[in-house]
Amino acid sequence: MINWCWPNQLRAQGIMGMNERNSWFIGRYNDRRNYPLVDNKLKTKRLAEDAHIAVPELIGVIRTQHEASKAGSLLNSLNDFVIKPAQGSGGKGILVIVERDGEYFLKPSGERLTLLDIQRDVSNILGGLYSLGGKPDVAMIEARVEFDPVFADYSYEGVPDVRVITFLGYPVMAMLRLATHTSDGKANLHQGAVGVGLDLATGRGLNAVQFDRPIRHHPDTDITFDQLTVPHWEEILHLAAACYEVTELGYMGCDIVLDKNKGPLILEMNARPGLAIQIANDCGLNPRLKQLEKEGRRRASVKERVAYAVREFSTPPS
Amino acid sequence: MHREKLQLYLIALLLIALGTGLTLYKHFTLDFPLLPGERQQLWTIEAQISFQAQNKPVMVSLARPSGGNGYQTVQEDFASSGYGFALKENETQNRAQWTKRLADGKQTIYYRLQASRLDHQPPVTPLTTAPELAAVDLDGPVMTAARAIVDEAQQQSADNQSLTVQLLQLLNNPAPSQDVQVLQNLSSGSGVDAETIVQLLALAKIPARVIKGIELEDRRRNQALVSRIEVFSENKQLYFDPAHSVEGLSENFLIWQQGGTSLLDVSGGQDSQVRFSTLVNDTSARTLALRSAKAEQATLIDFSIYSLPVADQNAFKTILLVPIGTLIVVFLRVIVGIRTSGTFMPILMALAFIQTTLLTGLAIFIVVVSIGLWIRSALSNLNLLLVARISSVVIVVIGIMATLSIISFKLGLEQVLTVTFFPMIILAWTIERMSILWEEEGAREVLTQGSGSLLVASLAYLLMTNPLVEHLTFNFPELLLVMLAINLLLGQYTGYRLTELVRFEPLVRHKGQSHD
Repeated sequence: MINWCWPNQLRAQGIMGMNERNSWFIGRYNDRRNYPLVDNKLKTKRLAEDAHIAVPELIGVIRTQHEASKAGSLLNSLNDFVIKPAQGSGGKGILVIVERDGEYFLKPSGERLTLLDIQRDVSNILGGLYSLGGKPDVAMIEARVEFDPVFADYSYEGVPDVRVITFLGYPVMAMLRLATHTSDGKANLHQGAVGVGLDLATGRGLNAVQFDRPIRHHPDTDITFDQLTVPHWEEILHLAAACYEVTELGYMGCDIVLDKNKGPLILEMNARPGLAIQIANDCGLNPRLKQLEKEGRRRASVKERVAYAVREFSTPPS
Repeated sequence: MHREKLQLYLIALLLIALGTGLTLYKHFTLDFPLLPGERQQLWTIEAQISFQAQNKPVMVSLARPSGGNGYQTVQEDFASSGYGFALKENETQNRAQWTKRLADGKQTIYYRLQASRLDHQPPVTPLTTAPELAAVDLDGPVMTAARAIVDEAQQQSADNQSLTVQLLQLLNNPAPSQDVQVLQNLSSGSGVDAETIVQLLALAKIPARVIKGIELEDRRRNQALVSRIEVFSENKQLYFDPAHSVEGLSENFLIWQQGGTSLLDVSGGQDSQVRFSTLVNDTSARTLALRSAKAEQATLIDFSIYSLPVADQNAFKTILLVPIGTLIVVFLRVIVGIRTSGTFMPILMALAFIQTTLLTGLAIFIVVVSIGLWIRSALSNLNLLLVARISSVVIVVIGIMATLSIISFKLGLEQVLTVTFFPMIILAWTIERMSILWEEEGAREVLTQGSGSLLVASLAYLLMTNPLVEHLTFNFPELLLVMLAINLLLGQYTGYRLTELVRFEPLVRHKGQSHD
C-alpha cells in the first residue's frame, strides 16, 4: 500500500516541488552564466579565496601534460594532499594521499603509490576522463582536509558534510549528510546516505531521512540524532551566506566540511540543490523563501543575513 | 495574474483555436474524416522515372493503369518541370507521355496515381476481346519438353481453367520433372517465367497474356511490377500467379500494364528506370468522390503534406508521430514525475518498438543494455577517454546485435532479427549514461531511471500505434499547433508532481499526528 497525500496538504506545509524549484527559483534567481563558477571547482576556489572564504588551501594547479611530468618536485615536497579534477562530478577522480613512506605515497586504504602512479592519474584528469562530457580538464592539488572526528559515531566510514541552502544570501535550511553502509561511504542521499535536518539557530539535529523516508536512528550505528549538534555553527552559516557574493546564484546549496584544525571549509557549491532536505527538516522550504522574497534586502551584509536567518528560521525544540 | 503568464495563456489559446479551427474546417468543408475505420482505402502509387538525358529532344512514355480488379482511378498527377504532358489512350494500354525539346543530365519525372477499390462493384466483365494466340518461339529440345508438359496437362484436365491449373501445378512442382527443368533453365529466376507459360498455353490453343501490376502494401518504396497470367476462357478472364496454381488476383493487386507493350520507353535518354512507392490512406467514400473536385481549389490542401511525393509522405507519417511521443515524455516528467535516462531517448525507443512490436522490443532492449552494461564495466577498468569509450561501446553493441541475430535466427526466433531497428548509437549512449549513473548514484537509481524509460517508451508506443492517433496526426497536421499549445501550458506548470505526493507524504502524515 502506497501512502500518498493531496497537493493542497503539501501546499499547506509549504513543501517545494521539483517543477516549482526549477521554474520559479532556479529559473528566476540563478543566472545561467554564473553556473561555470560552481561547476568549475578551480574558479570557485579562486573566487572564494579572493573573498576570504575558508576553503581547503590550493597548493598547485597542473594544466598541461608537460607540467604533469615536471610536478615531481612539488609532490615530493608534500606529506599529504588531495588531487582532484576541477570539473569532475560525483567525487570521481579524487586522489587522497594521507602519508608518505619514503618515496611512496600512501592512500587512506594504505595502498602505496609511486610518483609515476600519481602522474598517470593526473594525466587522466587532464585528458578529461572524469569531467562532464569528456572535456579536457585541469588537476588541482589541495591541502588535505583533516576531518573533525566529532561525527565519528554517526557516520559509517566516509566523510560527513553540512549542506546549507541559501536564498539571496540568507541561509534558509541546513542538513548534515552522513555516509552509511548502503551508500558505500559516500555522503550522497541518492545512494542511501542519511540526511539529518539541523536547527538553523543552533545546529542541533532535528529529524533524519534516508531514501526519502524519515528515520529515527542511524541504520549502521544505531545512534539517535537528537543529541547531535554541529560545532562551529555560526561560522558555518557565515561561510554559506558569504558564498552569495562570490557566485551571485540566488538559490544554491553550499557543502561544508569540518577540518580538525581549520574549522569549517567550503568544499563545493551546487546550483541545483535537491529537495530531500525538506524531509530531513520535516519542514517545507516555501514559507522561508517567500518570506525572503518579501523581506530579504539585497544590500544586507553577511552578518545581518545570518542574524536574520537565526532569528526567523529557527526550529523550537519539540 | 502575472503578465507573462497571461501572455502565455493567450498564445496557447490562439494556437488551440487555430489548430482546432483548421481541423474542423477540413472536416466540415473538405470532408476529411475525423475518425478512422469504415473507410475506403485510397491507395497512392507513385512511379518515379529517372534517366540520364543526353542533350537531345526527350520523349518518355509510361504505361499507366486503366482499371481492372475492381480498382478505379480517382486522380492522376504528373510532376515534372519543363515537360509537356499528354495522356494517350488506346485499346490495349493507356500511356502517359512527357516530351521536352532539349534536356541534359539527370532527369526525374513523377507520375502519381490515386486509386481505390470499389468493393461493391461486380466482378470484372471482359472488356477486351481475347487476343490472338501468342506466337510460340521455342525450338528443338525446349519445344519437345513444352509439348510433353502440355500433353500431360491436357490429359488431366477438362477445360481451359483446369488445364491452366494443371500446367501451373506441373511447373511449380517442388520436384520438377526433366521437361520442366528444361523450361526453368530458360528464365533468369528460379521458376518458369510468365512469358514462357503464355507460350505453353498457346500450344494448348488457349489465348492468354502477361499482365503486370503491383501488390499494394502500405509504406513501401522501390517496388517493382510483378507478373500475372490472364487466361481467356469462354466468357471470362481468369488470372493466375505464375508461381501458384490458384485462380484469382489478390484484393491488393493493382493491374498496371496489360498486353505486350513495354512499361517505359525513353528516347533521348539512357539508364532509365522506374520505381514505385505505395501508400494507403483511409478516406471516406464521400471524401474520395469530393477530393478531386473541391480539394483542388483549397490552398490548404495545395500546401499540405499531401502535395509531397509519396516517399516523403511516408516519412512524414512517422515524423508526425514524434510530437505525440515528446508530449508523453513532457507529461510524464512534469505532471507524473517519472525519471528517465535521457530526456528523449524513450521516444527513439518507442519508434524502434513500432518496428519490433512491444514485447520483442522490450526484451531485446533489456538484453542488449544488460550485456552492454556488463561489458562496459569491464571497459571502465581500462581508463579510456570518453570518445574512445563510447566508440568501443558502439562496437560492443554491434557485436551484441549481430550475435543476438545469428543465435535467434538459428533457433528460428525470427522476430529477434528486428534488433537492427534499434538505433545503435542510442543504445551505446544509453549504456554509457547508465553505467556512469551506476557509478555516481548507485544501482538503485539505474533501476529507477531504466524502468522509468521503459515505461515512458511503452506508453509512447501504445499511443503512437493507436489507429485514431495515427489517423489524426497524419490527416490533420494542424493539430501540431494544439500540441505546441499543450506543451507551452505544461511548461509553466509549477505544481506538484504525482510522485511527489508520495515522496513528501511523510511530512504531512507527521504533522497530522502531532495535531491529533
